[in-house]
Amino acid sequence: MSYETLALAAAFIVLGPLVGGLLAGIDRRLTARMQSRQGPPILQPFYDVLKLFEKDTTIVTSLQTLYVWCFLFFMVISGVILYLGGDLLISLFALTVSGIFLVLTAESTNSPYSKIGSARELVLMMAYEPMLIMVPLGFFLVAGSFRAADIAAGDPSQVIQLLGVLIGFLFILTIKLRKSPFDLSSSHHGHQELVKGLTTDITGSDLALVEIGHWYENVILLGWLYLFFAPLGVLWALPIALVLFFAEVLVDNTNARLKWGTTVKASWWVAGLFGVTNLLVLPFI
Amino acid sequence: MSFLKKSPWILHYAATSCNGCDIEVLACLTPLYDVERFGIINTGNPKHADILMVTGSVNEESRKVLENLYAQMPDPKAVIAIGACALSGGIFRDAYNVYAGIDQVIPVDVYVPGCAARPESIIDGVVQALGILEERGKQRKRQRKVALS
Ligand code: SF4
Repeated sequence: MSYETLALAAAFIVLGPLVGGLLAGIDRRLTARMQSRQGPPILQPFYDVLKLFEKDTTIVTSLQTLYVWCFLFFMVISGVILYLGGDLLISLFALTVSGIFLVLTAESTNSPYSKIGSARELVLMMAYEPMLIMVPLGFFLVAGSFRAADIAAGDPSQVIQLLGVLIGFLFILTIKLRKSPFDLSSSHHGHQELVKGLTTDITGSDLALVEIGHWYENVILLGWLYLFFAPLGVLWALPIALVLFFAEVLVDNTNARLKWGTTVKASWWVAGLFGVTNLLVLPFI
Repeated sequence: MSFLKKSPWILHYAATSCNGCDIEVLACLTPLYDVERFGIINTGNPKHADILMVTGSVNEESRKVLENLYAQMPDPKAVIAIGACALSGGIFRDAYNVYAGIDQVIPVDVYVPGCAARPESIIDGVVQALGILEERGKQRKRQRKVALS
């Protein structure tokens, strides 16, 4: 590993959460504006996390903290691989492992809300995983490589060739970002039947780590979205990716939560209809 | 600089109120008052909350719940009593099963009077609680340092 790679990885580790936190802040502001409220300051997510570090951390089981750190660790690994232009599949695996650790965190406590949250999170993983795995596959069939760097340097027509996969990815992006109608396992808003679902029993600095992990996740997902348009050049790709990313806020604000059965069926249908069909017809376009 | 002041998360508990005060608490979240401007979030989870808002008079049934919620909140924390019922038992004061104010059950920091309390005064109460919360945060920091050394 050269010094340059190390420096880039360090840059991602530092800049990732900064960008992720900003995205979360813009998200909350947009949501408020859509509800004709003024909304919190853009930096509010940072205030929240810094506050959480000032609070006491109540530990239900000491395993909890270990799991939260693992969640964060694998999330960072996934991001570093992606942003250094590495293998998309490995990045995806790290992302999934990280998700599993979050489920374990919730599962390790005794709170029934936390347990239901983790069970639902597993169901959601089942729902989005098939479509998510089709994204690197599609890229491989078009660009001939799993490496993010090669895909970004690919042919500008790849977004047309992978249109179905893109639609499918946008669909599961809603699940990954925990937006309505798929915020079954945990939600940004309190006062739901699950209290806070996954994070019910996570407090203080542990909760702050989970938040930071989610910031990394947002940046990673934005990176994936960006890859579709990357061959068009940054000037085109970044605005398009950002607009599509924030379109999720509109979806969030105009939908009510679905049941888990409907969620799984809908996402598998979309994966089949758009993802698989796209991959099947790929040799002809 | 303390960030407790910039991001107070609130837990609202209605200890058998007539719902008049609850509606006013919820009104604070609506576009007209929009307390999220100040980073205030209404969380349903005591473990994430910084400020406990209690409306209504406590009775023997809700006392246990209230004590439990208070105990589950991690330090530093503050409590606001909202409405005549929470302050003194209000019109239910003479009922045989009602406590004369929630401060007989848990320590209260800020009292917001009114029947029902107005959203403006509730927000004012939260702002006052923020000062107390910040002081507690500093205290807690010192305690942690002592515990470590
Ligand atoms: S103070 Fe008045 S409005 Fe509030 S709960 Fe009591 S009776 Fe209802």
